[in-house]
Amino acid sequence: MTAPDRAPLRRHRRNRVLLQVACVAVTAFMAVPLYLITLAAVSSRASLNAFPLSFLPTNLSLETLTAFLSSTGVVPSFGNSLIVGLWTLVLSLLIGVPAAYGLARTAFAGKEPYQLFLLFTRALPIVVLSVPLAQLFLTTGLYDTTYAVILLHTALSLPTTILICASVFLAVPVDVEEAARVFGCTQAQAFRQVVAPMALPGIAAAAIFTFVQSWNEVLAASILTLNRRTLPAQVLSSLGDSPLAYRFAGGFALVVPALLFIALMRRYLTNMWGSTIR
Amino acid sequence: MSDVLISNLVKTYPGNTERATDDISLEIADGEFMVLLGPSGCGKTTLLRMIAGLELPDDGSIAIGGRDVTYLPAHKRGLSMVFQSYAVFPHRSVRDNIAFGLTMAKKDQAEVERKVEWAAELLQLGRYLDRKPAQLSGGQRQRVAVARAIVMDADVLLMDEPLSNLDALLRLEFRTELKKIVQDLGTTTIYVTHDQGEALSLGDRVAVMRAGRIVQLGDPIEVYDTPTDRFVGGFLGSPPMNFLAAKVDPDGTGLHIGDDVVPAPPAARSHGGRDVLIGVRPENIEVSTERGDLTAHVEVVEPTGAAVLLTVDVGDEALKAAAPATFRARPGDVVHLSFPAAALRLYDAETHALVN
Repeated sequence: MTAPDRAPLRRHRRNRVLLQVACVAVTAFMAVPLYLITLAAVSSRASLNAFPLSFLPTNLSLETLTAFLSSTGVVPSFGNSLIVGLWTLVLSLLIGVPAAYGLARTAFAGKEPYQLFLLFTRALPIVVLSVPLAQLFLTTGLYDTTYAVILLHTALSLPTTILICASVFLAVPVDVEEAARVFGCTQAQAFRQVVAPMALPGIAAAAIFTFVQSWNEVLAASILTLNRRTLPAQVLSSLGDSPLAYRFAGGFALVVPALLFIALMRRYLTNMWGSTIR
Repeated sequence: MSDVLISNLVKTYPGNTERATDDISLEIADGEFMVLLGPSGCGKTTLLRMIAGLELPDDGSIAIGGRDVTYLPAHKRGLSMVFQSYAVFPHRSVRDNIAFGLTMAKKDQAEVERKVEWAAELLQLGRYLDRKPAQLSGGQRQRVAVARAIVMDADVLLMDEPLSNLDALLRLEFRTELKKIVQDLGTTTIYVTHDQGEALSLGDRVAVMRAGRIVQLGDPIEVYDTPTDRFVGGFLGSPPMNFLAAKVDPDGTGLHIGDDVVPAPPAARSHGGRDVLIGVRPENIEVSTERGDLTAHVEVVEPTGAAVLLTVDVGDEALKAAAPATFRARPGDVVHLSFPAAALRLYDAETHALVN
């Protein structure tokens, strides 16, 4: 008997090593900028100008961050961002969840074109939407209010909210809903008692997605407001004429809340993309 | 408890030209166990869903206990149902699942608890009351679904293939259990299945359906023994009834199968000289190595433990015959078959309807 050919085994091992290397490289690509921005945000102003730049947190200080937070407009715009994000979330769920339920549970003429049509809002560049809207909001007196941004963000997030929630409702078996009806529920009760609890994780995921989208959206917010800016719009507008430290602190302040939100809701997110919604 | 009266029920699904149920009328007595049996697409589930109020008929009427419920919403019909997919509520504990219907009906808390305990004990779920359905096996989930249905004391209990998702051994076990439970409750039950074994073993009466119509309605033994047409005979039984082309003697005393002749049952007299199909159950064919009316060649031998199933060729037609477990044969052997006249059913060669 000849010795077995071990080449396939070696190849298998080599591929596994290469896969690991690739994973590390991709992670580093995402993580290193985050690390650097965090490092810069919590380092003293002097250390930022030092040469060579230290890659370890040797010179920790809250000086940069406090300076950023105390500069004009930052705290109010942070508040604006929160208000816009939360209202966008509430409105898009209020409109999107019933629409999604209808899409998932009923057959109607023109369903396919309707679903495609939903995505058209996203096909238009935000600039193309914002400029005429700015005009409209100017005449209706909504310009430079958080309402204007909330309305636009809701409109922008509705397609994804509806499509995500529709797929969530599709995954709730019709049988279970029918069982609820046979056992004494009206259609509305069946929704509240059975369908909604089962769909909740998926809906939560859609909500997170909406919030993060709104939190990060900068272009429309910049066009539709002057004095009531959201945080990204505020940072963007003052980016050009601000010191380096301010930019790092601003970037840090933008990234952290979104990251925290995602980390908190991670369980629901994996639920959404996985097969389990139960 | 109530009787169910279905009259001329018609339903066509949108986009279909064929009727899912085609003018079905059926009377189910108070306390009766009625089985709707048929292949998939025969309309049995549609019929059940219309009784439940989950589908609305286009025409006809349904009355439960003398009350017209044709277009009443499901929750006002006083029914209970067991679903094929269990349809237990995954986000609720077993206890809350079983209590669901009673809670929705705003029953007294103490009574709800008493009923849940009773059903849980009956279905051996006592230890699992505080678990979520995800922590149960398929068989246990189906028990939860049955418990949820029986606590309702409903007028009519509907079951939509409740055993079909269970594995074979469990199915047989639970079938017996289900029959006992329903017997003891005495509730009017309508049970949908495509499994002829379940239909025969559970039903007081069986309605065999095909293409939206009831083709035969009767007690299980009668339906099994005397199928009124070829379809029913070919659907019931495992393996189903054999059908052989034959010609009746002019005087109606013998049946010619190729060159062989077998004694004819009395029904043959009306069809003297005409072509018929002989219907014979595999277990009614007598197989012998020595003598018989027909000569056959063994093609396949399948011992099933309780019997030996032979697939044999008679002329150019294949037959299945069940021989005693001790019978020994090998493929290629020649065997002799006898058809006892009393066990033979004759079907018109053209209409496939039973010849009386």
